[in-house]
Amino acid sequence: MPNNLRFKTSKIIDETYRVSFKFNNKTYFGFKGDTLASALLANGIHLVGRSFKYHRPRGIMTSGSEEPNAIIQLHDNSSRTEPNVRATEVEIYEGLVASSQNCWPSVNFDIGGINNLLSPILPAGFYYKTFMWPASFWEKYEYFIRKSAGLGKSPKVADPDIYEHKYIHCDVLVIGAGISGIMAAKMAAKNGFKTLLVDEKSYLGGSSIYDNSEFSKINNQITSSWLEKEINEISKLENLEIKTRTSVAAFHGYNFLLARENLTDHLPINQRENKVRQRLLKIRAKKVITATGSIERPLIFDNNDRPGIMLSSAIKRYIDLYGVACGENNILFTNNDTAYETAMSLIQRGIKINAIIDNREQIDSKISYEVEKNNIKIYKGYTVVETYGYRRINKISIMKLSKDGQTVIGDKTKLNCDCLGVSGGWTPAVHLFTQSGGKLKFREEDQVFIPNVYSSDQISIGSCNGDFGLEEIIKNTLFSIKKFLVIDNSEYKTVETISGLNQSKRNIWLLPSDKSLGKTKSFVDYQNDATAKDIKLALREGFRSIEHVKRYTTTGMGTDQGKLGNMHALGIISETAGTKMGEHGTTTFRPPYTPLTFGTIVGRNVGEFFDIFRRTPIHDWHVANNAEFENVGQWKRAWYYPKDNENMHQAVQRESKAARDSAGILDASTLGKIDIQGTDASEFLNRVYTNAWSKLAVGKCRYGLMLNEDGMVYDDGVTTRLGENHYIMTTTTGGAANVLGKLEDYLQTEWPELDVYLSSVTDHFATISVCGPNSKKIVSKVIPDLDLSDEKFPHMSFKNVKIDNIKCRVMRISFTGEHSYEINIQANFGKSVWEKCMEAGKDFNITPYGTETMHLLRAEKGFIIVGQDTDATLTPIDLQMDWIVSKKKYDFIGKRSLYRSDTIREDRKQLVGLLTENPEEVLEEGAQIVADIKKSPIEMLGHVTSSYYSPNLKKSIALGVVKGGKNMLGQKLIIPMENKNINVTVADPVFLDKEGERLNAKL
Amino acid sequence: MFLINCPFCGEREQSEFKAGGEAHIVRPKQPTELSDDEWAEYLFMRKNIKGIQFERWNHVHGCRKWFNMVRDTSNDQIKAVYKMGEKPPVK
Repeated sequence: MPNNLRFKTSKIIDETYRVSFKFNNKTYFGFKGDTLASALLANGIHLVGRSFKYHRPRGIMTSGSEEPNAIIQLHDNSSRTEPNVRATEVEIYEGLVASSQNCWPSVNFDIGGINNLLSPILPAGFYYKTFMWPASFWEKYEYFIRKSAGLGKSPKVADPDIYEHKYIHCDVLVIGAGISGIMAAKMAAKNGFKTLLVDEKSYLGGSSIYDNSEFSKINNQITSSWLEKEINEISKLENLEIKTRTSVAAFHGYNFLLARENLTDHLPINQRENKVRQRLLKIRAKKVITATGSIERPLIFDNNDRPGIMLSSAIKRYIDLYGVACGENNILFTNNDTAYETAMSLIQRGIKINAIIDNREQIDSKISYEVEKNNIKIYKGYTVVETYGYRRINKISIMKLSKDGQTVIGDKTKLNCDCLGVSGGWTPAVHLFTQSGGKLKFREEDQVFIPNVYSSDQISIGSCNGDFGLEEIIKNTLFSIKKFLVIDNSEYKTVETISGLNQSKRNIWLLPSDKSLGKTKSFVDYQNDATAKDIKLALREGFRSIEHVKRYTTTGMGTDQGKLGNMHALGIISETAGTKMGEHGTTTFRPPYTPLTFGTIVGRNVGEFFDIFRRTPIHDWHVANNAEFENVGQWKRAWYYPKDNENMHQAVQRESKAARDSAGILDASTLGKIDIQGTDASEFLNRVYTNAWSKLAVGKCRYGLMLNEDGMVYDDGVTTRLGENHYIMTTTTGGAANVLGKLEDYLQTEWPELDVYLSSVTDHFATISVCGPNSKKIVSKVIPDLDLSDEKFPHMSFKNVKIDNIKCRVMRISFTGEHSYEINIQANFGKSVWEKCMEAGKDFNITPYGTETMHLLRAEKGFIIVGQDTDATLTPIDLQMDWIVSKKKYDFIGKRSLYRSDTIREDRKQLVGLLTENPEEVLEEGAQIVADIKKSPIEMLGHVTSSYYSPNLKKSIALGVVKGGKNMLGQKLIIPMENKNINVTVADPVFLDKEGERLNAKL
Repeated sequence: MFLINCPFCGEREQSEFKAGGEAHIVRPKQPTELSDDEWAEYLFMRKNIKGIQFERWNHVHGCRKWFNMVRDTSNDQIKAVYKMGEKPPVK
């Protein structure tokens, strides 16, 4: 490395620990404690990336999380590869690999750079305007636009790292460990508050920790020395937890905050094994103290984006904290005093400053006099009008500003430099404050937005509250914290400060140039390549709202969210529109403050924990017997059981035929079961179902249909009266939780006078359904004590019995139209009873069937499936189920809605059967149904809801909903498909055994 | 994210709760006596106020009880929670 850029430093760099790393396939060296940015700068590298739109060479601009340019790809070609990482935040470790983004073939020579030459024809809104026409070409444009969209590469394989979530509850949360945050944390912890202090950096103290200047003293000590003692003291406090490398991502209402804690990113890869990489902290704080500091503003002038142009405060941090000089021949360009602090740091190290360009005519501060004493030429009242150098700045031109600052006058002077530090003053980091719902106000004197109205128990202190001078920061912090925490003892007796800085500033949002605006490229948003010209164009085209200008020009829409340039965008808008700055407000500050990894967001909820699934007690048997599974709600249900090389169709045809010809067995354990007890249980069922329940005898079962208050079908199922005041209700598999919720809602809010108790018992029972002409023989073998005669055990009744001394409930109910039994037994015996049934059914070819066959068998009988044949727009009348709607009952949920003007329309969509002209043709579920294909536009009458090939009827059958379908029996309709039209006839939805002979057959 | 003071369990995270729309809408005792318009008023018409709003909430991942809440929708401040059937403690 060029040694002339490295200086001795006592702060965070460990000069005895050399670290090697690779950037763009070349090996470099840095020291432990370096960031990737400081290490690259120490190696003389500024050019690290290409900009998004024009592919302009870009360098390191800042030293923190606000970095817009130096975003890189970390870990090449590995499962850990991560795009858009800020080089200013990456701590280097042995073996680190990183590369530039958005350039090909290399960052030094990038083909995409041609966009820069084309830039006169690529103004704001170029894509919106150009790719609209002709509309049919969009698909072709899209391919190319997608290719050039986005920055970096996402990983192709699963993330090997571990992430987790953690809840933290504390009395006081302090965000930011700068000078005011440290003081606040000490005051809180010493006064008995359980305190958490977090900072995004690896060290504490913020920018004051390297403030070694004679011009900034506290109690007659150099600021950094004073602060080090404070840090030393607080690190011993018991009430105080300190988390570094922890960035608060979001500040929600009620003092709920999310923070990302980085645990292993600074370690060599081989030391990360089995460790948690990042933790998402979910913090509930009684009180929040925000001390997030401020972000230095750049200045907006022509070609203000060349590598080597940096924030002046970043230059100071690199030299004072990391011992790295960013250039050997520096120029500082400023409108305020802070650049003089940078100048002093450079002077102390003997680094050349060619000149200081200051917008201000009058400069009156101790520190500026001291800089002048060191023979540094200060151009007062000047501005930079142009910069030169493609891959690194090498020259600037400056001109004198007119009195009003609107134009430049006089001659142009050229000055050489290899690094230009800019300072446009400071912007309070109010991001978290506004996320929490706080309201800002605009302070005219120095053109900043500061916190005004708080939404929760919180306070902002230090420079994020608009206090910029050292004296002001300390005085206001002490005062505000005492008041905020209601404490008398501030822990600080007297704090005397000395500062050589003056707070004067000459704020010009867009600096003038000798060229017309159209010929300049003054970047406002570096990452998204939005220029001052683009913003003015947006205003000319009629955009006024800052939110609209933002979206049109993409200002502030990069991964940095415009931390540097948003204020300038606002300033240029109000200047151009002639409005007052505060009136526009700001764009919305949205979480996260800095990007979060997906890993942090999902934590441990990955793989099988991403979305949990429920298994029935018989699940293992299904797996062992080759079942394919289907997801129903959160359940895994056996879908079909392929034998040999059967496909789904073949398996389902075999299963369906076996169930009707001999015997089938289904695992119905997933059906929702709700235990209902209480003296008003019958009355309750009367009110929630459409049919009558009072007269149902104990020991009998009944099918019920439940509506919403709007009259639409909500759920269905069989309910059994177990005792005088005891029922068990079954619901659809997917609807179980919602039905219970709905019943509880009515019981608690509308009918609290009813004596009814509900319990969900879905998981308590395994449910085995055995159906078919041989089901009776099989069940009689499994439960020999049970009298299965039609007299003793008729259809729609139930019995309490025992299998091997285990109590169980057997219902004779049917969803297939066959003679069938449903055995409900304590869940943990489910599998053994299932196996017993299989054994007993061996001689009868008992065939396990899954949900697909179940659907086919019920469709043959025209039984609906709520959620497949219905979609919350169908009443029971629409479903041709008038028979289940009681005419006698005074009221039930949804009754009144069944004769609203809308629900009694004749032309509502109604459920019908559909038979294809060609019986071998099976319709597609979801296909549209029409009558006339010549009409344009074609009128859609409805759609197919269920469709199967029935092996028992040897033809295709379907259910569908059709406008006015009830009166269309026998009518011909058309199903238009992509390559053909299928002719169908409207039929009765019951295709098989309408008379119920199979159900009632004497077996 | 809100902290909600369930009248039965105490203070809990919002993620344990489900919002259930406007409060104090009583289901008509005799729906069949109502005209289409009157029934539609009950069925569909809900307020959406910027400011003080009365809402139903359910502690769905807790005690499963329904209760009422007074919330200022402009700043999400919860002014009061009270049990079903009780009168709102604030105006």
